[in-house]
Amino acid sequence: MLYTLAFVLFLIGLYATITKRNLIKIIIGVIIMEQAVNLFLLLVGYRMGGLAPIMDETMTLEEFVSRAVDPLPQALVITSIVISLGSIALMVAIAIRIYEKYGTYDIAEIRRLRG
Amino acid sequence: MSLVFLLVALPLGGGFFLPLLDKFWEESRAKELLAWAITLTTTVLAFLSLGWRGIYQMSGWPPPIGINLVVDGLSAAMLIVVNAIALLVVIYSSKYMEDWTPTGKFYGLFFLMLAGMNGVILTGDMFNLFVFLEIASIASYALVGFRRGGEELEAAFKYLVLGSIGSSFVIFGVGLLYAATGNLNMARISLVLAERGGGGGALIGITSAFFLVGFGLKAALVPFHAWLPDAHSSAPAPISAMLSGVLIKVLGVYCLMRVFFNVIGIGEVQANLLIWGGAISMVLGALLAVGQEDFKRLLAYSSISQVGYIVMALGIGGSLLLRGEEAIAGLALLGGFFHLINHAANKALLFLNSGAIEEATGTRDLSKMGGLFHRMPLTGMTTLFGVLSIAGIPPFAGFWSKLIIIVAALWGGFYPEAAILIAVSVLTLAYYMRVEREAFFGPVPDRLKSVREAPAMMNLATVVLALGAIGLGALYLPGLRELVLQPVSQVLLEGLRYARMVLGG
Repeated sequence: MLYTLAFVLFLIGLYATITKRNLIKIIIGVIIMEQAVNLFLLLVGYRMGGLAPIMDETMTLEEFVSRAVDPLPQALVITSIVISLGSIALMVAIAIRIYEKYGTYDIAEIRRLRG
Repeated sequence: MSLVFLLVALPLGGGFFLPLLDKFWEESRAKELLAWAITLTTTVLAFLSLGWRGIYQMSGWPPPIGINLVVDGLSAAMLIVVNAIALLVVIYSSKYMEDWTPTGKFYGLFFLMLAGMNGVILTGDMFNLFVFLEIASIASYALVGFRRGGEELEAAFKYLVLGSIGSSFVIFGVGLLYAATGNLNMARISLVLAERGGGGGALIGITSAFFLVGFGLKAALVPFHAWLPDAHSSAPAPISAMLSGVLIKVLGVYCLMRVFFNVIGIGEVQANLLIWGGAISMVLGALLAVGQEDFKRLLAYSSISQVGYIVMALGIGGSLLLRGEEAIAGLALLGGFFHLINHAANKALLFLNSGAIEEATGTRDLSKMGGLFHRMPLTGMTTLFGVLSIAGIPPFAGFWSKLIIIVAALWGGFYPEAAILIAVSVLTLAYYMRVEREAFFGPVPDRLKSVREAPAMMNLATVVLALGAIGLGALYLPGLRELVLQPVSQVLLEGLRYARMVLGG
């Protein structure tokens, strides 16, 4: 169920990215999409009422495996956040440059390239 | 074998240090020399990797736990294509980029892109593949907008948004694959899926749909191609050569090959999607190229069309593989990879020449050119070689790879597909002949009387690539075939061999 919600959020981001005409709104759409992916990755490793994945002396290995949440997706999420930070920063920088050139954020007004 | 990490580490180091050199030696040639040294080393290593087979364990962790670099037939051949073209592009840009001030930044981004591509080819881990994919993509987004004019920035933004959508689809697919198998190591994933037997269920179906959209966006297959003509024509010429020549093939086609043949295994639906996605790309790319007046845009549309050939050959190979006709499937896959090598060399050559012409005449508009054969004989000659090879005229390399794909399609019973392959070849010849007629033949217009031949450094790179346009055809001769092409089709045919090699079983 929660996975579906993450997927719906992903689609909302995709919809915003494709249909919006304002550069900033497009960027926000991309951000929503990337956060939906991060949420999904976290949910993959989540366990309801699970322990933090730190093993101490009082636990056996089996007990640890059966109760702790999966730490791997959390590591993936951190990496993926850093990567999306890089691409979003570049996106915003280019959007600002475009604004300096054309004086508008509306892609309908600045689109000179033809398909 | 233990040197294989240098293929990623050297360009990554170059990407870090070369921009710093801008601060200290703004005028010196040290940056160019360093760039040459790095690409020369990686090219030599790539050729050496033909003799290497096996894995390199990062920090000594064995496969299921740590990330490992894998060298097999497919990755060795891919490495040679990428690094050899990178070397020629660096030689070319040492002259071409001379007038632009921040060469250190240019080389920095260039090497980040190269490190990303080498990483994508070598890595044996799904998430690591995504990380390298993003390194290469982000560097290429910035390079597309490197000229910072209005059109370049627009093209970079479009590419950036569509590229980010593609990356999000890929990482979603990686997450689904982890949820389905509990592994990120490619070899372990393929073993787990093989133990469960056939298909892998609905989750794997959804996963492959995500990968198809994600990698399809990176490879510019037709429903997802909108960014490519803008991005590839706005970038500086050496970068266009890298983007069209190798980047779309590494991030798109190679990932499709690796994921669909070695990791999740190809199914009937995926194979058909690849065939028809390839077919639509071929036809639409060629039709859109016919009407283009801008030389670089025409080349960009031609790239969409030619990548369609490669993807269709992959689909035909996969479909035949499922029917159990391994010999013909092997031929189709071999032809597809052969065409990938040829197209990389030819398209890099044509984009480099488009840069030389733009610099000499000040325009990219075909109708404003004319008679360039008289003014720039060497550039004219190399362009002619590239055009003939890409259009598939007999002694040139492009003819042989197209012939192999068409023969495999006919033997496998794919008649409509074979007809499309032949029809698009004719169309390709038509629009490239228009380039030759408008730009190179005929009288020299007054405006172009003072045009001179491109500098020697730039011609060195294009002449090597033009020799490749003839010489690469020899790759299919017995002897050379066993060295490069045969191992590639073997890797793709025996999907599980990859897993056994990595895990040593």
